[in-house]
Amino acid sequence: MRQAFTKALVKASEKDKSIILLTGDLGFTVLEPFMEKFPKRFFNMGVSEQNMVGVAAGLALSGKKPFVYSIIPFAAMRPFEQIRNDICYQKANVKIVGVGAGLSYALDGPTHHSIIDIAIMRALPNMTVVCPADSIEAGLATKALAEFKGPAYLRLGKSRVPQAHKQNISFEIGKAIEVRKGEDAALIATGEMVSVACDAAESLAEKGIECRVLSMHTIKPLDREAVLKAAKETKLVLSIEEHSVIGGLGSAVTEVLAESDRCVLFERLGVQDRFAEKITDQNGLREENGLTAKQIAEKVLKRIGKQAHR
Amino acid sequence: MAKLVELKKKAAGIRKKIVEMSYKSNASHIGGALSCTDILTVLYFDVMKINPKRPLEKTRDRLVLSKGHAAATLFSILAEKGFFEKKTLEEFHVENGRLWGHPNLGIVPGVEATTGSLGHGLPIGVGMALAGKLDGLNYNVFVVLSDGECEEGSNWEAALSAAHNKLDNLVAIIDYNKWQCFGKTNEVVNLEPLAEKWKAFGFSVKEVNGHNFEELVSTFKEVPFEKGKPSMIIANTVKGKGISFMEDCLEWHYKSPNKEQCRQAFEEIEKQAIPGSKSKEKEKNKIKGESK
Repeated sequence: MRQAFTKALVKASEKDKSIILLTGDLGFTVLEPFMEKFPKRFFNMGVSEQNMVGVAAGLALSGKKPFVYSIIPFAAMRPFEQIRNDICYQKANVKIVGVGAGLSYALDGPTHHSIIDIAIMRALPNMTVVCPADSIEAGLATKALAEFKGPAYLRLGKSRVPQAHKQNISFEIGKAIEVRKGEDAALIATGEMVSVACDAAESLAEKGIECRVLSMHTIKPLDREAVLKAAKETKLVLSIEEHSVIGGLGSAVTEVLAESDRCVLFERLGVQDRFAEKITDQNGLREENGLTAKQIAEKVLKRIGKQAHR
Repeated sequence: MAKLVELKKKAAGIRKKIVEMSYKSNASHIGGALSCTDILTVLYFDVMKINPKRPLEKTRDRLVLSKGHAAATLFSILAEKGFFEKKTLEEFHVENGRLWGHPNLGIVPGVEATTGSLGHGLPIGVGMALAGKLDGLNYNVFVVLSDGECEEGSNWEAALSAAHNKLDNLVAIIDYNKWQCFGKTNEVVNLEPLAEKWKAFGFSVKEVNGHNFEELVSTFKEVPFEKGKPSMIIANTVKGKGISFMEDCLEWHYKSPNKEQCRQAFEEIEKQAIPGSKSKEKEKNKIKGESK
């Protein structure tokens, strides 16, 4: 996913000379293709994220298109006020790129987990929030953001992210992608949870339950139509994210549903409101939070199993 | 010489505007607005390459007022320069007005960055200076900081990065009036030795009397002080400068003058605008005493 980002950024930068890449000394073995091709447009700002974001704002105010890269807690949280004032309030044309979405830095511990970033980025006025599902989406999202004017947050997974898409897709910021058709339940997932939701949907299909899977890669602005359509055409809507159940995709979907006239079974699946305690890998942490394909499938069966079989 | 008299008159006019704005809007921070008035006056009326008719010209010098709470100073100078109409100043910090109490990008021309939260201006200035280098444009970026603001870690991050990138088109100025919200800066958190700190961070540093026009004019002429290094001017100033009952007095970080105080302030400012009306020696001693 990270490599797909770099590849797409290099491609966009060939055409667009105003693109600049800043890193807070992270992205070793990831950013080299950009560094080698555009050494004058690459800046390792060192471990100083507040300055990095402020510098990006200054560059943007001078006509550049900076991409700021770090691990999510250091990209989105340490310099939060700089993102709020210098980027969002000034509508500076800066893209914040955070890697290590959700629990991907599992064993590194909760300092490196990224489970509230969507919530805080989504709350910022003028901010667009994009969470690609896999490397295909990451590449397309990077391309789209390079052409997009204004502040945006790109949330990337780490490495070896399973592919959610088996075919070519068309990617548009703010428009959900239907990865799988189905009218029994709708699994609205974001980021790496899209491929997990696909696995859950596949196992449910064997039981005769057809799940729609949506890749809700843009959390803000949210594709309200896709949510309402899912609520109209299916019996159960689940939001699925590797992020806290507070403030992220689940909250965004809840807001749309609660304010609509649709009546549908709904549940938010995500990381519970706590710091991880058990020292385990990403799958282990997902399991603790009910986020494995098996657990998602069980949840669907529990909520609508009998209904669906009728 | 005539130029210095002219600049001094300009500064007096700006001071009167600041007092009037503070009185009418009931805004805080008049003390810190007055302490940086002479610095900003010299910059805008003698040093910076700017054209109010073409406020976004690529080659222009930029000024980021990192101590955004001195917005009244910046706004009155920009209006005086002709970036916008002077009557807009009536809309400062009042209901349904156009100007917030801190500078905002995009509301009136001439403001280069939104500030108000301390520790943001220098990184933004570094970005602007870096862009200048990348584009081969030889403009300067001036960033005006407060002293208390130097307690923000982001400034020191920015300092490292300015020196590392050899940004000799970056000129930072500290309005060193020695006061912050709760008291004397060096009693709240000791900043000294301040010049040595900036030197150690890779800046070429000069100390000046921030109210001595001759010194300010000649110092700004010398930037960059060293090729390949960002410049730092530590300007020793007096909070509330120019108005006897406000000078060096913490409460004017918060208060705004009433009508009678306004009248008195105007009177004092007008007197000072005429050269020789105030003992230069007295002024010098005040600064000296403060910088200890």
